[in-house]
Amino acid sequence: MANSMNITLKVWRQAGPKAKGGFETYVVPEANPHMSFLELLDVLNEQLIKEGKEPVEFDHDCREGICGSCGVVIDGQAHGPQQRTACCQLHMRHYKDGDSIVIEPWRAEGFPIIKDLVVDRTSFDRIIAAGGYISANTGAAQDANSLPIAKADADLAMDFAACIGCGACVAACPNASASLFTAAKIAQLSLLPQGDPERKSRAIAMVDQMEQEGFGDCSNHTECEAVCPKGISVSAITKMRREYMKAVIG
Amino acid sequence: MSTVLDPKIPAGPLKDKWDTYKNGIKLVNPANKRKHTVLVVGTGLAGGSAAATLAELGYHVKSFCIQDSPRRAHSIAAQGGINAAKNYPNDGDTVWRLFYDTIKGGDYRSREANVHRLAQVSNNIIDQCVAQGVPFAREYGGLLDNRSFGGAQVSRTFYARGQTGQQLLLGAYQAMSRQIGKGNIEMFARQEMLDLVVVDGKARGIITRNLVTGEYERHFADAVLLCTGGYGNVYYLSTNAKNSNVAAAWRCHKRGAYFANPCFTQIHPTCIPVSGDYQSKLTLMSESLRNDGRVWVPKQVGDTRKPLDIPEDERDYYLERRYPSFGNLVPRDVASRNAKLATDEGRGVGETKLAVYLDFADSIKRLGRDVIEARYGNLFEMYERITGDDPYKMPMRIFPAVHYTMGGLWVDYELQSNVPGLFVLGEANFSDHGANRLGASALMQGLADGYFVIPYTLGNYIASNSFDKLTGLEAEFAEAEQSAKSRIEKVLSIKGTKTVTEYHRELGRIMWDEVGMSRTTDGLKKAINDITALREDFWQNVLVPGEPTTFNKNLEFALRVADFLELGELMARDALEREESCGGHFREEHQTPEGEARRDDDGFTHVSAWEFGENGHQLHKEKLDFDNVQLTTRSYK
Ligand SMILES: Cc1cc2nc3c(=O)[nH]c(=O)nc-3n(C[C@H](O)[C@H](O)[C@H](O)COP(=O)(O)OP(=O)(O)OC[C@H]3O[C@@H](n4cnc5c(N)ncnc54)[C@H](O)[C@@H]3O)c2cc1C
Ligand code: FES
Repeated sequence: MANSMNITLKVWRQAGPKAKGGFETYVVPEANPHMSFLELLDVLNEQLIKEGKEPVEFDHDCREGICGSCGVVIDGQAHGPQQRTACCQLHMRHYKDGDSIVIEPWRAEGFPIIKDLVVDRTSFDRIIAAGGYISANTGAAQDANSLPIAKADADLAMDFAACIGCGACVAACPNASASLFTAAKIAQLSLLPQGDPERKSRAIAMVDQMEQEGFGDCSNHTECEAVCPKGISVSAITKMRREYMKAVIG
Repeated sequence: MSTVLDPKIPAGPLKDKWDTYKNGIKLVNPANKRKHTVLVVGTGLAGGSAAATLAELGYHVKSFCIQDSPRRAHSIAAQGGINAAKNYPNDGDTVWRLFYDTIKGGDYRSREANVHRLAQVSNNIIDQCVAQGVPFAREYGGLLDNRSFGGAQVSRTFYARGQTGQQLLLGAYQAMSRQIGKGNIEMFARQEMLDLVVVDGKARGIITRNLVTGEYERHFADAVLLCTGGYGNVYYLSTNAKNSNVAAAWRCHKRGAYFANPCFTQIHPTCIPVSGDYQSKLTLMSESLRNDGRVWVPKQVGDTRKPLDIPEDERDYYLERRYPSFGNLVPRDVASRNAKLATDEGRGVGETKLAVYLDFADSIKRLGRDVIEARYGNLFEMYERITGDDPYKMPMRIFPAVHYTMGGLWVDYELQSNVPGLFVLGEANFSDHGANRLGASALMQGLADGYFVIPYTLGNYIASNSFDKLTGLEAEFAEAEQSAKSRIEKVLSIKGTKTVTEYHRELGRIMWDEVGMSRTTDGLKKAINDITALREDFWQNVLVPGEPTTFNKNLEFALRVADFLELGELMARDALEREESCGGHFREEHQTPEGEARRDDDGFTHVSAWEFGENGHQLHKEKLDFDNVQLTTRSYK
């Protein structure tokens, strides 16, 4: 094919959680600029299987940048070079023939490696379970329009709610902090009147859980915002700090 | 022997049926609820909402999903919106009208009573989601905004930008998470159900495989809720997430549950066209785009000019021309088939000629770029990311793609399959969309099933039955676990030469060509032969690398493809048997002179429910009675 590209991949291979990992180098001779980054890995895996080798394990599902399953560090950047783009939506047209690409898993104490590029992110679920919700039993709700919410607040809440829980923020943070993830949920729910009754308990419980999971502190590097595929603003973290302080003091 | 199926629809007038049902059911004593364990397989809108609600009621719930977190179920990807009959815009909507549109949209192949209940509870869903903090789009006055969607002439669709599914799912996930935190739900992520366990005729458990360690687990309970989504991935390329599959439903089918209307699949008109053989999935461009986008192709066959060079009077806005009253908002099946006609005539556009234009130039001129950006910004961005083209400047190129499956396991009014204790919710059941689903109604159905229907119907089942205590050591559990294990050992031991993806792609090609947008007797017969041959080859020649005792995605996919290879054949058989055209099922032999679908109401106003047997499938029928709406030829002219 006319546009075909020869791409060299250096991929982190690790057989299991306790195994020692290392880089392996592979060549994909017929990559194509229209394919997505994960399709490139698919092509590599087909090649490996045919050679009798084990394919590279990586998480993926929607391939539309919304489920948050995918996530690898590409040449040192979480989700790769294109801003506001999960790696499933990164396309090979951003690379050229002869390029060499290094692929690694998220690395953080809160995200132990399961195999190759797959990590365990259940710590995120536990942070939500600690308080990232509004307690509203099914059936108890009033008419949806009985609670008007200013459009600006609803829109801002939606900006924070757009988080896909992929974990890129943690992977990019020098302290492996989960602040952006945790703050996005706290910020969303504190902007909505429905979230008000549990505002204080929520902020305390979620922040405490985040610390217990082994994530580091935030020291304002803002790398998280830069790699976030949904462009979640670090203003969430300021909001979280304020909510937390108000909760502990008042 | 073929039997007539009883859907157990409550007596009385349509609008009172659900109340009548609720008034008559048995209730479980609140103090006893926690003694009843319920297995909820799947954490999409259906499973997530069911697990949360049942746990709130006091049941002991165990919840399962394939992904690493319940929040990543395929429902997360739904874009456009969710319907409800709130009539906030005051444009004439009612519960009746939502019911009627859904029945008509389904081409009169769904059950009146179920669809009416769905329309009735639709409003509660919106209330519930707002209470959970779902950030739906709002007007400047602070009230909720609505948009219109295909197949309706009122604005009844609630949305959260282009991420409605994400926000609804996160609402359900957060409600679940609250119950997980309280210890009322035990969550088993990265656990795949491999089989259903039936004890004394009742569904009492499942066998799962831990996808990290490969270990098998036996889970037992008083009821099993299957909420495992649709089977669109039988076509290989579809808009479904890569892990979406039929395996859990198919295993239940092989344990006795009937599979209803398997051939009813939805091909969505607005997806980004295929670009090459490496393509792993297709991306949907939300149907809401048809509110402001105009679909066209060149009038002339073989016109290779760039879209902007084709003058207005040489463009054919074929939907507006053929269907003046609905225009670009005709239902999906109609829009898809017309796109196929245009490309079959040689008027397709783009490099592959398998695409049509969706053009926003007029709307941008009329409303301004800002308004279009506010409505569809994220979709436009997604389009540009994938294709490299800017849809603010150039019309989008779109083409139909497999999107949703109306068919699924047969359930009665209580959402119970013919296997007692096995309930099926969401896309996995066949219940509410007939032969064609209207936009924004799958989210509605999933949440209706989970939040507002199953709490009643499951309670009735549990209160009406007694349950022997199980230990998981019963012969039925051992047998089911052994059969799952043997399949895995077998598929790993073949060590052939063709990969799982190669088989899946080949199956997809057969399905798309012969069991896709238009179907013929010869094509369907050919499909059955080809699929049978492919399946035999798979079990001789598939190459699955790796071990059963570690994380092994290829192994997971191999088992799912093996089930798709059985399902595909049944779909073709069902399509062959249904000698009419209705909704998404278009048989070329049955069309009007203008090329519109021709139903056969005398012969086919029924649900086809297939029973599995070692010697082949047996067809059962559920007659559909229309006491409240008149069957008319669906016209969107
Ligand atoms: C791109 C896209 C956009 C859409 N947009 C809209 C829209 O705007 N409006 C609308 O109404 N509908 C829309 N739909 C349709 C709608 O999203 C789906 O029909 C609906 O979300 C299905 O929900 P569900 O709960 O039934 O299943 P799913 O969300 O598919 O969930 C299935 C669950 O089952 C689990 N599972 C599957 N198999 C197993 C197993 N063997 N063991 C354990 N767990 C298992 C999965 O892990 C997952 O948790 C869209 C669909 C797509 C593809
Ligand atoms: S695969 Fe879903 S976000 Fe990338």
